[in-house]
Amino acid sequence: MWLTRPLRERSTQIFLGVLFAALVVVTFLHLFMPQDSALHVSAYTVTLLGKYLCYALLAVAVDLVWGYLGILSLGHGAFFALGGYAMGMYLMRQIGDRGTYGDPVLPDFMVFLNWQELPWYWLGFDMAWFAFIMVLLAPGILALVFGFLAFRSRVTGVYLSIITQALTFALMLAFFRNEMGFGGNNGLTDFRDILGFNLRTDATRLGLFIATGIALGIGYLICRGIVTSKLGRVSIACRDAEARTRFLGYRVERVQLFVFVVSAMLAGVAGALYVPQVGIINPSEFSPIFSIEIVVWVALGGRATLYGAVIGAILVNYAKTVFTGVMPDAWLFALGGLFVLVTVFLPKGIAGLLFERRKKRKDPDADPNTPSDTEREATA
Amino acid sequence: MSIIRSLTLLFIALISLLSLPAQAQEDDPGRELLINLAEAPASKVEEALGAIVSSGDPRARSWLEAFGSNRLSRIKDTGDVVVVLNNRGRDWEIANPLTGENMGDMSRRELDRVAINNRIRGQLEGIIAMLDLNAADPDVREASAQDIMGKVDATLVKPLEARLELEENAAVRNRIEQALAIYRVSEGDIEAVDILAGSLHPRARAALNNAVRGDNPALAAKAKQALATIEQKLKLNRAAETLYFGLSLGSVLVLAAIGLAITFGVMGVINMAHGELIMLGAYTTWGMQQLLPGQPGLALILSIPAGFMVAATAGIIIERSVIQYLKGRPLETLLATFGISLILQQLVRTVISPQNRTVVTPEWMSGSLVVNDALSLTLNRMYVLGFALVVFALLMLIMRKTRLGLEVRAVTQNRKMAQSMGIRATRVDIMTFALGSGVAGLAGVALSQLTNVGPNLGQNYIIDSFMVVVFGGVGNLWGTLIAGLSLGTINQLLEPWAGAVLAKIIVLVFIILFIQKRPKGLFPQKGRAAEG
Repeated sequence: MWLTRPLRERSTQIFLGVLFAALVVVTFLHLFMPQDSALHVSAYTVTLLGKYLCYALLAVAVDLVWGYLGILSLGHGAFFALGGYAMGMYLMRQIGDRGTYGDPVLPDFMVFLNWQELPWYWLGFDMAWFAFIMVLLAPGILALVFGFLAFRSRVTGVYLSIITQALTFALMLAFFRNEMGFGGNNGLTDFRDILGFNLRTDATRLGLFIATGIALGIGYLICRGIVTSKLGRVSIACRDAEARTRFLGYRVERVQLFVFVVSAMLAGVAGALYVPQVGIINPSEFSPIFSIEIVVWVALGGRATLYGAVIGAILVNYAKTVFTGVMPDAWLFALGGLFVLVTVFLPKGIAGLLFERRKKRKDPDADPNTPSDTEREATA
Repeated sequence: MSIIRSLTLLFIALISLLSLPAQAQEDDPGRELLINLAEAPASKVEEALGAIVSSGDPRARSWLEAFGSNRLSRIKDTGDVVVVLNNRGRDWEIANPLTGENMGDMSRRELDRVAINNRIRGQLEGIIAMLDLNAADPDVREASAQDIMGKVDATLVKPLEARLELEENAAVRNRIEQALAIYRVSEGDIEAVDILAGSLHPRARAALNNAVRGDNPALAAKAKQALATIEQKLKLNRAAETLYFGLSLGSVLVLAAIGLAITFGVMGVINMAHGELIMLGAYTTWGMQQLLPGQPGLALILSIPAGFMVAATAGIIIERSVIQYLKGRPLETLLATFGISLILQQLVRTVISPQNRTVVTPEWMSGSLVVNDALSLTLNRMYVLGFALVVFALLMLIMRKTRLGLEVRAVTQNRKMAQSMGIRATRVDIMTFALGSGVAGLAGVALSQLTNVGPNLGQNYIIDSFMVVVFGGVGNLWGTLIAGLSLGTINQLLEPWAGAVLAKIIVLVFIILFIQKRPKGLFPQKGRAAEG
């Protein structure tokens, strides 16, 4: 089966092994190390790591379309945020009458804005199963409609990047409006519990962290499964020679649409897991700069490797946490510098750096001008 | 009624005394007039005022204003009347009303305020306006006639009519007639409605609305008709205003995008730092004004070349240090230049300030061009619109008529062939990028007159700029112009019923859908240049 096939790959085994080990070690250190021990992992750190894992899943989703389909999406933050809002709406309904205004149905901000009843698109979000389906469907349907229109008319390359950016920008403006019914610029916050577990307890936080780890593992497996399948081969062919693939008789736009929608859904799941951990979702997640930041995580880690995206996401966000804590002014310099340095000096990212070195050791006569590893993969 | 008659007579007298020579300083009759006013009992105040007005003294206006705002006082010792400049604290700052010279501070115990009652105060406004109606400058006369609209009462009718006889300026006559008509309509005069039907002034409309609601059916019917005519005219004016704002917004978009149309459209380089080059231009204007304090106009004119040079230099540095190594990798160029934009923003925040800076608008750019009562066009927007068109024309000239333009077109169409013909392609790259960046700097100079100058200035325009270029058709300067102007107008047209944010969203969605339909924009390039 396509999903289990990658399990036989060395790289996937290593990745899943490391991920599993990390989950076990963090859980152990959190639960069984005494509070005052240097090795104890606090609940705060667990949540922080959970946030990194969400970003890692998001980066994997971006790498799937950018690395294997050649579509540089500058709007994946929109799918992430939509998944997040779907989850946020569920969490909002779970508050019930414990809000400031004590209204059993309406969330606080609606009472504040004098709304009389719940808008139709909020209906059903009190049920967990419905909300979880919407986490997949909301970004999925947006990606389907957007992708259908874009790929059918063969909008590619830079054009596509720019209109994905316009898409997320338009959504950001829309969600900032109070009239939209998503809390305006305050967004959704003040969550109490998820599936009956109190969000403010350490145990729930640990549970969310583990769930995010599992989601990342499954997401990685799905992506790996897709790129190693025949569909993945065609997708790589689209990336490297779109016209030629079309002339060979493949329906390029269908492949693009499928991969794009899967990627959007993965981004939505990442957003849904992110919201209960950080406790808020607001329109800033739609901002174009966030979407473009995701791309630089992938670029730093190494495009078209999937595990590189995970490395990049965790590294950059760890650096962000450190920098914004120690010297907040320097963070934008560092991030901007990263954009420039990675694209100019490290086009294959960290993963490419490691991969190239190993390759050379194996085969000292390798021609430095061979096609890039991605192209090699494509012709294999 | 005797008061009214006496005032009327006085006004008529005053009109005949219009141009009296300036008074000598010694035994100034003004002193006498003021003392009379100060000593007059409540019943004689009008007379004293009338004397001041009919004296034709050019200082009369300032005296009446001081009187109206309780700032005329007498010095108890000498009996002289003074103007109080500052009445806070124990000592008041006073000035001589005859010469205007500052007489320093004086204890308030030594001063006696010249009293004014509310009845007189109410009349004073009309009296001052009447004084201005006699001014030599027709602009002052017109402004005061406009002030008087809706404030005319029985006392003012006669003097106004008398003034109307003398007035030669058509605009002032028109105003006085309208002011009188407003009064007459309120008194039930049906004929006067005709005069108001041609007016767009809100007070004329208010008077007609009152008449519609009044109990005279014939008058109400006629007023209703007149209102409909006015409404029609207002609609036209509103449409003209929307169009103007639309074109103004469009010109801003064109300015912001036209540099991009060169770097992205012609060269194919995605420069996400374009917005920050605009920002640099705006900050250059601010810096220039800091260098030349007190001369905002000169500073603004000097910042046009300076802004161009600063942004062009920054562009050359970006091109040499980053973009040249990423040739043929558009997506990587996009990311790298985005990084540069972050660095530039943070640089401005760290070096200058995270707060917005204020750029002064020079006098000749502020104010507005008044077309009629319902339509006035702000001058700064008009200058920016003109500036955008000039920049566009110059760019067109450079691309079409100069050696550089020829070489740019050659290199973009077929780089190898152009090189074989002896064109130094690298040099052309640098020059083109510098040109595009410099134009971004010019946009910044213009924008500094319309929006806040802050570190986020560029970010706000980058997406819009790309939208304009893509919508107009990449590589087509005319397309950029038309796309910018039309998007600006569409945005303004949508605003009244959708609100600013929603209008922007609708435009964005429209462009996204439009690109699906016509991926190459409004005016796609044809022929060889299109392939590549």
